[in-house]
Amino acid sequence: MTKYSNTRATLAIAVASFRSIIRSPSAVVFSLAFPLIFIVVFANIGGSGVTVDVGVAKTCDTVGPVYQVLKNIKVIHLITKESSKEMASNLSKGNIDAVINIQKNNGQPPYTLNVQYTDASQQKGGVLKSVLNSVFYQLNSRGNTTVQPVANIQETTVKGREYKYIDFILPGMLGFSLLSSGVFGTAFVFLSLRLTLVIKRFFATPVKRYSIVLGEAIARLVFSWIGALFIILVGHYFFGFTLVHGITTVANMLVLSAIGLIIFMGFGFIISGVAKNESTVPPLSNIITMPQFLLSGTFFATTAFPQWLQSLSNILPLTYLNKAMREVAFEGAGLGDVTHELLILGIWFIIIYAVAVKTFKWE
Amino acid sequence: MVKQPIITVKNLVKNYGDFAAVKGISFEVYEGEIFGLLGPNGAGKTTTLEVIETLRDKTSGEVTVDGLSIDKDADKIKQRIGVQLQAAGYYPNLNLSELIKLFCGLYGIDKTPTEMLEKVALTDKAKAKYKDLSGGQKQRFSIATTLINNPKIIFLDEPTTGLDPQARRNLWDLIREIRDSGTTVVITTHYMDEAEELCDRVAFVDGGHIVGIDTPNHFIDELVASGFERKKEVKLANLEDVFINLTGKEWREG
Repeated sequence: MTKYSNTRATLAIAVASFRSIIRSPSAVVFSLAFPLIFIVVFANIGGSGVTVDVGVAKTCDTVGPVYQVLKNIKVIHLITKESSKEMASNLSKGNIDAVINIQKNNGQPPYTLNVQYTDASQQKGGVLKSVLNSVFYQLNSRGNTTVQPVANIQETTVKGREYKYIDFILPGMLGFSLLSSGVFGTAFVFLSLRLTLVIKRFFATPVKRYSIVLGEAIARLVFSWIGALFIILVGHYFFGFTLVHGITTVANMLVLSAIGLIIFMGFGFIISGVAKNESTVPPLSNIITMPQFLLSGTFFATTAFPQWLQSLSNILPLTYLNKAMREVAFEGAGLGDVTHELLILGIWFIIIYAVAVKTFKWE
Repeated sequence: MVKQPIITVKNLVKNYGDFAAVKGISFEVYEGEIFGLLGPNGAGKTTTLEVIETLRDKTSGEVTVDGLSIDKDADKIKQRIGVQLQAAGYYPNLNLSELIKLFCGLYGIDKTPTEMLEKVALTDKAKAKYKDLSGGQKQRFSIATTLINNPKIIFLDEPTTGLDPQARRNLWDLIREIRDSGTTVVITTHYMDEAEELCDRVAFVDGGHIVGIDTPNHFIDELVASGFERKKEVKLANLEDVFINLTGKEWREG
């Protein structure tokens, strides 16, 4: 008799599981359709969440190149119709996020941009600040090729790349996709395999337990990778998602996806063990996924939250996955640069799997 | 021909906490026979089977399957037996061919789906999902999965429960074919006509004990010899014969 191959058994389970996943509508909807819909919606409303209302002071130069550039930036919504008094009042209430006043200088540089921010809208002010920085960087580097800088502003921290909303939302969506696939998918599959005695029937064959778990994990990982690649490519080619180092960045993102998925699958194992039947899976899964979905910076930066809420966000694993993803995708960080995030994810891994080993039920 | 025991169970005890499900059962199953475990619900039939199938740990006693001890050689035993569980499902969203391939991988055996489905006359259902099969087809498919590893013994736990008379007869024929090709069959059932028709030997299990073990004919002769008579006059046919006569032997799908 030929020697029994655990690898072959594992792969057989992986193939079966993968086939089953791609034929399950909920898996496809959660992992691909939902993230894509969110991306399309948010990318197309230009991120109405990040439109910055900017008042234009009456004395502002509106003919020069600086104004023209600002006018063409979608994120910046220029308000010219209000009186100076209204503008000042709205600024203090946070109805306007900032007021700009461009001055034409006689000397160098030819333009100075005065920006007045407001405490009432620090978040949007921050957005404007980084947008202005990036705009001025481009504007001035264009100027450099001729003679002198075209204009200056007070803020000196210059970010070389434009931070588009897609750069924020896409990693968040990726995290959301991994979270729901890991938690819901794993919980449902293992619970139903247990309840329908599929696992018991497997045990009547020479297959090892680890093959069953590993086979399922491989299938889910491959599916998530395909989903992630699809989301990244659609984001990159249709919505201009920034991939700093191209393929290397994608590879790093896939590694992070795998790490995230494995941790989220741990939640799924716990739920499959705790749940009595299939109808208890969704509420239990939602308890795990909803807070992370809302609090981990999926749609908007956690810095917008009050301090107490931020400390809650700073516990959740998805927060760190999202952070690491954004560092890698936008800042061009390598995996070695996100060790802090990876460390916290590692701690989560240990906690979750310690609980999963205790709660998981085979039959 | 001397009958060779292929399964030997000695003083098997299985407790679930305080509850004793099996209280010291001993019996032998001979190579090449259809052996029936009969008894009311909760008698310990399924538990006994699952211990022999190495799916459940025993509390005490000795069980050998094809000369191998269930304590030491569970993995080797699994390679030599085929198991059909009561009410077990199959991996969701896969068709029959894909399920057969999965089991080939689990057993580490090279068989084609067609080859296996032919044995149970399901080749035309190769692309169908398990859940879309009729009751009889489901049972035949389950039996196909037990045959993948060319087992020496197969275990069938109530394979005919819920089937109509035609499907039941169809399954009996299949089980006999399997026996005739040299595989030992251990079966549980609640239907005594089935046991009488199908089994070479039967054991009656009640309250965790074996209360009798012999051929069906011998049991019946013994009972008659003790002076037992059916209250109702015995007719040459029964209602099931009428059913088959009226609706035909032909088994239908659906």
